[in-house]
Amino acid sequence: MLRAIRIKDLSLVRGERRLFSGLDLEISAGDAVALTGRNGAGKTSLLRAVAGLLRPAQGTVGFEGEAGPLEAEVARADALHLVGHHDGLKSTRSAWDELLFQTLWTGGTEASARAAATKLDLDRLLGLEIRRLSAGQRRRVALARLLASPRALWLLDEPMAPLDAGHREGFGGLMAQHLAGGGMVLAAVHDPLPVPCRVVEIGG
Amino acid sequence: MRAFLILLRRELALAWGNGGGPLLALAFYACVVTLLPLAAGRAPERLASLAPGIAWLALALAALLSLERLFERDFEDGALDLLALGPAPLEAVAVAKCLAHWLAAGAPLALAAPVAALALGAPSSIIPLLIPCALAGGLAFSFLGGLGASLALGSKRGGLLVAVIVLPLYVPPVIFGAGALDALAGGLPWTGGLFLLLAYSTAAVALGPIAMAAACRNALD
Repeated sequence: MLRAIRIKDLSLVRGERRLFSGLDLEISAGDAVALTGRNGAGKTSLLRAVAGLLRPAQGTVGFEGEAGPLEAEVARADALHLVGHHDGLKSTRSAWDELLFQTLWTGGTEASARAAATKLDLDRLLGLEIRRLSAGQRRRVALARLLASPRALWLLDEPMAPLDAGHREGFGGLMAQHLAGGGMVLAAVHDPLPVPCRVVEIGG
Repeated sequence: MRAFLILLRRELALAWGNGGGPLLALAFYACVVTLLPLAAGRAPERLASLAPGIAWLALALAALLSLERLFERDFEDGALDLLALGPAPLEAVAVAKCLAHWLAAGAPLALAAPVAALALGAPSSIIPLLIPCALAGGLAFSFLGGLGASLALGSKRGGLLVAVIVLPLYVPPVIFGAGALDALAGGLPWTGGLFLLLAYSTAAVALGPIAMAAACRNALD
């Protein structure tokens, strides 16, 4: 079980441009961190660097379990979820097919996918093709895998941008539960997160 | 292994669902077999000598039809992030994608190849060799095409790039396979061509995924 993330002296470079350098950030169990900053400041890139998809120009991202440091590859493969602003859903498949695939792929079960769909108010939408869903509904399908296959660290990129007020509140409750259970949230946001959190400004 | 099967099932469903799959392959062959006599003239002996070669050509081109988007779709809609962060390494993801492409398009084409060759008047003696050749060749086409598709990730006009990357890699299996069929039809020793084809396909299946995974990592970075 992942207990903490330690980001040390991290610098990210995209092309010729240095996004930020010397970033230190620690997240431990139960913490939520909101990343803010102007468009293009590097919030998404930071999330992708934590997920291991981007190679940092300098610095390290360390993962710690109960018994000390974890190997990054192992921690990434089974302890984190990344929900980006692309939802990663295939437009021609049904919502249920996509949710079930994402759940099984990340280590959940069919029953847990059903339960997650109910929690995110997706039951009536599951038979529809993804292209028939609105942006908010698609986002909820993408978010459902967070609940369906429990993992300690949630990396969220503008998770609530397309959600309506009611579902924002609902997802806030689910995030609070995740944190109370020892989970961690690192989210790039423009609106405040609906849970108590630390705000870190990127590229300020 | 469980993750691999989950992914393979999804890839098959995607290949099947998007107007691809066996029907596309069969329609493609129907076009080739119908149009070739009209384009090349009616002389039966000429058609018969062209038949095995045409079966090969159709196989290689049909593989290119649907390969261009093999990784691009997942790259554009963000699913490649999910696949990269999953329980299976990207190499296994690449194998699953190419294998699904082969099962959905390459294998049906290989099974349809004898029908197409016979319809064009090829001697029936080559059929027992045509099927294994087409199966092995199709496997090489899928894995090499996947390599092209992964290298073209994120570029505009990816289709053109895929064709340029893949063309030289498609040459050896076409030579080996068509050579073996030709030799058999002409009563010459044909095993050499078949074994070279099998060796080439094996190498493509073994080494292709490593290159594809590296190309995907590079595209995501």
